[in-house]
Amino acid sequence: MKRFKLSPALIALLLAIALFILGGIIRPGFASYGLAMNILRLASFLGIVAAGQTLVIMGGGEGIDLSVGANITLGAILVYNITDGQDARVLPALLVALVVGAIIGMINGLGITFLRVPALVMTLGMTGVVQGLILVVTQGKVSGASAPIMSRLMSEPLLFGIPGVVLVWVILGLIVWFVLERTRYGKHLFAIGVNRTTAKLSGVRVSATLVLTYTLSGMLAVIGGFVLLSYTQNVFLNLGASYTLPSVAAVVVGGTLLAGGQGSYQGTMAGALVLTLLTSLLTTMQLPDSARQIIYGVVLLLLLSVYGRQRRLRS
Amino acid sequence: MIKSSTANTVPMQLRRILVKNSYLLALLLLIIAVLINYLLQPNFFLPGVLNGNLQTYLPLLLLAVGQAIIIVGGGIDLSIGSIVSLTNVIVVHALGNQSSPSQIALAIVLGLLAGLLAGAFNGFCVAYLRFQPIITTFATSFVFLGLAEWVMPSPGGTVPADLANLYTSNPLGISFMIWVIAIVLILWGILRSTRFGPYLYAVGGRPMSAYQTGVPVSFVRLSSYALGGLMAGMAGLALALTTGSGDPLIGSPMTLDSITAVVLGGTRLSGGQGGILGSILGVLILGVIRSIISFANVPTWWQTLVNGIIVILALAGPGLVSLIRRQRA
Repeated sequence: MKRFKLSPALIALLLAIALFILGGIIRPGFASYGLAMNILRLASFLGIVAAGQTLVIMGGGEGIDLSVGANITLGAILVYNITDGQDARVLPALLVALVVGAIIGMINGLGITFLRVPALVMTLGMTGVVQGLILVVTQGKVSGASAPIMSRLMSEPLLFGIPGVVLVWVILGLIVWFVLERTRYGKHLFAIGVNRTTAKLSGVRVSATLVLTYTLSGMLAVIGGFVLLSYTQNVFLNLGASYTLPSVAAVVVGGTLLAGGQGSYQGTMAGALVLTLLTSLLTTMQLPDSARQIIYGVVLLLLLSVYGRQRRLRS
Repeated sequence: MIKSSTANTVPMQLRRILVKNSYLLALLLLIIAVLINYLLQPNFFLPGVLNGNLQTYLPLLLLAVGQAIIIVGGGIDLSIGSIVSLTNVIVVHALGNQSSPSQIALAIVLGLLAGLLAGAFNGFCVAYLRFQPIITTFATSFVFLGLAEWVMPSPGGTVPADLANLYTSNPLGISFMIWVIAIVLILWGILRSTRFGPYLYAVGGRPMSAYQTGVPVSFVRLSSYALGGLMAGMAGLALALTTGSGDPLIGSPMTLDSITAVVLGGTRLSGGQGGILGSILGVLILGVIRSIISFANVPTWWQTLVNGIIVILALAGPGLVSLIRRQRA
């Protein structure tokens, strides 16, 4: 019997649609246009952050960026603080935040490639540093304000009731797809993910590519913080922490192997949708917090059983 | 070439010793940190102060030992902090308000059993269902945390004074802390001398070769997670004794600290190397660094940053040394 081989990205997308329909059945009104837009908006925060995570994980060598949550918070706080409610300051604030995010990502990349600190530990350690940085910058109390233009452009309906951030996400998806499939950087990243040694031997500048990848991840996390701030219009010291591991989960649910060298950002986008739908569904069902946590974990495990499995030793 | 190799014998030997005893670098780091701490806090070596410090470190120490066993076996456990929370609330919940010896024994057994089972569940998913360790234990961390919140939705409960006093007691004139650490090290020594010891290192280092030479890879991997869960249960118990109450959120922040401590102790995340002695030293280093910062009059808002930077430098230290060596060569 011939087995159908669906691409993981497609499975995730079908799953997202199934969850959406399930939501509509369980709770009438869940599957309305307005709520669908809201879910897309929430998914885009996770999706934008997970773009960097996708690149990092594709680069292989146990690559992972656990500092994204702290970077989101720092980015949001910097923008909040510098903007201080004035539309004219939004762009400079975003630029400053992007530079800071890039520097943090670059330090991650340098530590991982040149000092050979495992990515998991390096980015974890960096989380501590960024949290410290946040405390130094804010001295415990955040001052500033979100600018009106941010919520108008990002989180309120912009075109056909679609919030701007969703459009940003779609454009980002196209860019990442183009970068991965059509540019030299993308080809090099895949090559490094498949086999670092052969990539190096065939002339790929492995270290430079990886440092660039972590730098991009830092910047994308800051963008995630920016769009999240335009939605919440407020910052707190733990704003981004809850995005770190879901960003990894979105990548895995989207079919990108943690071993690297295989996967796509389309998959991650679908993965972000699945996770966000799952969370929204569990919230609308008004379950106690404990039950929600347990179901979220069990569903994640079930998703893993579909396509997150490793090779058999025997084969 | 021959000449250079003879000239290099002493450094080569040194390197071999360092590779074989991965904890030596951590020991050096700890000695330096302790000296700095002693300069800032002259009463550091007083038994009371030392003991007080150890009492704070013990839960993380037990947890890092568990994480180390899992990492040596080629895995990693991101749910280990949630297991701590789960066992912590189970112990306190099972105690109720009673202090009869049988109730205390029951509570301890239930807590440790919960830790063992939670770890075994992780191990089953990773070893037999072949799920990726990082993401699997991330998923189960929600399950265990949810269970902990189900058992005890908000912090509370009490621990009988008799039981809590055990934590600060000095059986035979030696601190309870020292007893625990000694027993853990002895048990680890016994475990390593059985067949399980070499199996664990083989499974972590070269699972394929281990499989081909007849090592029960899946069983060893499951056991490593179960042992890690058991140690997390001990950490949850220790926390119940120190804090005197149960808290469903107490363990989660400890997960990442446990991994940092293991790596600081010279155990590589790739598995098959290292051990628990280095991880214990790693926990002590993390603790002493925190103590130094609080005694060095670092302004409050800077403490987290300074701590983070020191931890990163400590983690990057060995890499920095080898980078300089590579540049010179």
